[in-house]
Amino acid sequence: MTLLAKNLTKGGREFIAFRIGDQEFCVNVMSVREIRGWAPATPMPHAPQYVLGVINLRGAVLPIIDLSARLGMKPAEPTVRHVIIVTQVKHKVVGLLVEAVSDILTIKDEDIQPTPDMSSDFERTFARGMLAIEGRMICLIELEAVFPHTESEAA
Amino acid sequence: MDMNEIKEIFFQECEEQLAELESGLLRLNDGDRDPETVNAVFRAVHSIKGGAGAFGLDDLVSFAHVFETTLDCVRSNKLEPSQDVLKVMLKSADVLADLTNVARDGGSVDQARSAQLIRELEALAKGEAPPAAAPVAAAPKAAPVAAAPAPVVSDDGFVPVAFSFDDFGDDDLSADLPSYDVVFKPKSELYTKGNEATLLLRDLSRLGEMSIHCNMDSLPSLDQMDPEAAYFSWKVSIKTDKGEDAVRSVFEFAEWDCDLEVTALETGDVAEAVADDLPMQPVPFDLSALDDEPDAPLGVVEEEEQIAAVQQAVAAAEAASNVVQMAASASRAVASDKGAAAAAAQNNAQQASAAAPTIRVDLDRVDRLINLVGELVINQAMLSQSVIENDSNGVSSINMGLEELQQLTREIQDSVMAIRAQPVKPVFQRMARTVREIADITGKSVRLVTEGENTEVDKTVIDKLAEPLTHMIRNAVDHGLEMPEKRIAAGKNAEGTVKLTAKHRSGRIVIELSDDGAGINREKVRQKAIDNDLIAADANLSDEEIDNLIFHAGFSTADKVSDLSGRGVGMDVVKRSIQALGGRINISSKPGHGSVFTMSLPLTLAVLDGMVVTVAGQTLVVPLTAIVETLQPDAAAIHSFGATQRLISIRNSFCPLVDVGRILNFRATQANPVEGVALLVESEGGGQRALMVDAIQGQRQVVIKSLEANYTHVPGIAAATILGDGRVALILDVDAVVSASRGQSLHTETSLAAAG
Repeated sequence: MTLLAKNLTKGGREFIAFRIGDQEFCVNVMSVREIRGWAPATPMPHAPQYVLGVINLRGAVLPIIDLSARLGMKPAEPTVRHVIIVTQVKHKVVGLLVEAVSDILTIKDEDIQPTPDMSSDFERTFARGMLAIEGRMICLIELEAVFPHTESEAA
Repeated sequence: MDMNEIKEIFFQECEEQLAELESGLLRLNDGDRDPETVNAVFRAVHSIKGGAGAFGLDDLVSFAHVFETTLDCVRSNKLEPSQDVLKVMLKSADVLADLTNVARDGGSVDQARSAQLIRELEALAKGEAPPAAAPVAAAPKAAPVAAAPAPVVSDDGFVPVAFSFDDFGDDDLSADLPSYDVVFKPKSELYTKGNEATLLLRDLSRLGEMSIHCNMDSLPSLDQMDPEAAYFSWKVSIKTDKGEDAVRSVFEFAEWDCDLEVTALETGDVAEAVADDLPMQPVPFDLSALDDEPDAPLGVVEEEEQIAAVQQAVAAAEAASNVVQMAASASRAVASDKGAAAAAAQNNAQQASAAAPTIRVDLDRVDRLINLVGELVINQAMLSQSVIENDSNGVSSINMGLEELQQLTREIQDSVMAIRAQPVKPVFQRMARTVREIADITGKSVRLVTEGENTEVDKTVIDKLAEPLTHMIRNAVDHGLEMPEKRIAAGKNAEGTVKLTAKHRSGRIVIELSDDGAGINREKVRQKAIDNDLIAADANLSDEEIDNLIFHAGFSTADKVSDLSGRGVGMDVVKRSIQALGGRINISSKPGHGSVFTMSLPLTLAVLDGMVVTVAGQTLVVPLTAIVETLQPDAAAIHSFGATQRLISIRNSFCPLVDVGRILNFRATQANPVEGVALLVESEGGGQRALMVDAIQGQRQVVIKSLEANYTHVPGIAAATILGDGRVALILDVDAVVSASRGQSLHTETSLAAAG
């Protein structure tokens, strides 16, 4: 039995954890297509500030989102040490710029704590839940909320 | 493969058959009397009927059947394909196409129209026949038919018969049954295709009383025998009231795989002779005979006879399909050489008409291939670039290899693009129908002449071409051509001509639509434009400018709004759809001599010729088709106008200057025009603008990539592409940039806050 299958039968799921500044976040590994190094992006006119531009991913035009700016933190200053996590939600593929990938976690559903009540709705929109692992706090990202303009398509 | 897939294939084939049908009819209309053309037309209808029957599409079958019958009269030279006849047939082809579409997509057809055509077709089929006798439809509850016991005649005279209502319901029925000699010689293909001679003969036996004889002359001795070959033929004498057509229809699906000869035998009966000449001709019969006796009791007797016949047939057929049993009963031998020769000739003709072999491929697969080849081209460019950068002595073998690679990739790209290329013929054929319909409604007599139908262009372009072209054809017939009496008064042929041509010219396809009508009434157009506030009353416009006014939105010159055109959504829509395809449209008109619309379109939408420019440090691609000229502005030619506007004077006319970098928000302040290059572009609405860019890098063909696939529409940007260095470059949407410069905001409806 493969590791993944074993995890599934136990109700465990795998997440990729990454760092932005001093905070840790994670996304479901099933929505991650690949992880690649930073390449300069072509800026787009009239794009929101968090959209760094588009890069060529083997022929596909891939928009890059500065996740730090997207989450309302200070915009990243991309260096060669930054990585792009290529994620897919439904049919759209988007690259998320983060500082570094830190871990791969196997988590059971019951380990995910609900996001605590906070004054700002803004953070809550992007957080699906919280994880406490070895004394660290890891925020589970709601990918659909991060993707640009998904709401206008639903309409 | 499930039923739906098979059905889908059937509809695809239907489309091809319909195209074949229409082109055949048009050839006939042009005076072509080649029997092969008639045959091709007949085959097309016949195939549609056959397929439709298999799927139980009854409407389609019954219409196709009537159509086929009439065509058969043409085929057998009983009906001269005159202009009038062909007019009905072309209309029937239209209805057949409608019925096919309805069968596929649902919806409804104009029942009255098809019923009317059925009547016309039937009338044509019976054209030479004397007035019909009592219509069979009047016969009381004649018989519940189909595969029921077959009618039969005993030797001593008239016996009531069961008969079948076929699709006409009112034809051939004879009290004195004609008899036919059928010579049936299967080829081995018949068996390979899973047909069974036994079953065919059994079906035949249902038509009437028959006697059957197997001819085993060609059977070789056992050691020379090919176990899969067909050696037997049958001679069948059958008496039936259903006519030769019914006999032939038994062999309908085996027609091409056997030699079949059906000859009607003279029985001395005049009525029968007529029926023989004109298969569709109703023949008088004795109605009372039917009333006297129900057919049920008779059926028993008949059935016995039938069974006997069937058994005979079965025995013979088994012998054929299982050649080891060749010692089976011997029969009278009848040579069938003549039939074989005729069938062979028919076969040859069929092969001659067959086109080059083709395969059906899913469009997605082709698109994937095209995408991959696009990648290959980009990758190859990237490779060359990095080799050139790293290799100072440019004569290395790597460089030579790369050059060859470049040529190969270019060739691969061209061939792959050719896969998507299709002739414009189907669109042109649809136009023929449009012309017919509008000519009918307007009461004008119009002839459509097409040229260069085999000019090939990308499938996407073809698909998007149909709509604007239909609009233009409607306009040409409705507005362009005059009524016949006016034409005669003007000394022209009463029949107007609309000419549609396609040709390749310098990497683009040029489609020309000309009519020999009255041309554009410039006075009227001008007045209309003034009335609609499109131009000032005292505006001084050249003829060309007036002609181009018809492309303005909300412009219509028709005095009264007709069903066809004249709702004011005509030519501006046309122009926009042509421009959306990356094309241009021009008009030239001569009063009294007609108008010519010329459209020039790119051959493909997958690649684009673009000018690579730099704007505020970014690389952009401007579609070459939009650019009229490029120039280096002089400081003296730049004039400020108002607070922010600037104009550039080009040969003494002033043209607004548009800073692309500013519009796209790439820079905060306007660039100095003297340091840049101006691209003079023509955009929607005909106005010219000078787009300011920093520098021109060069001109190249780029592969178009969608931005919407992973992102969203970006105002001012049409699409993206990947350049030789592997980076993404954006393709400028010239029209959007120009309209933004007019003050209409390029603003995006999305905002950061809403995205949460």
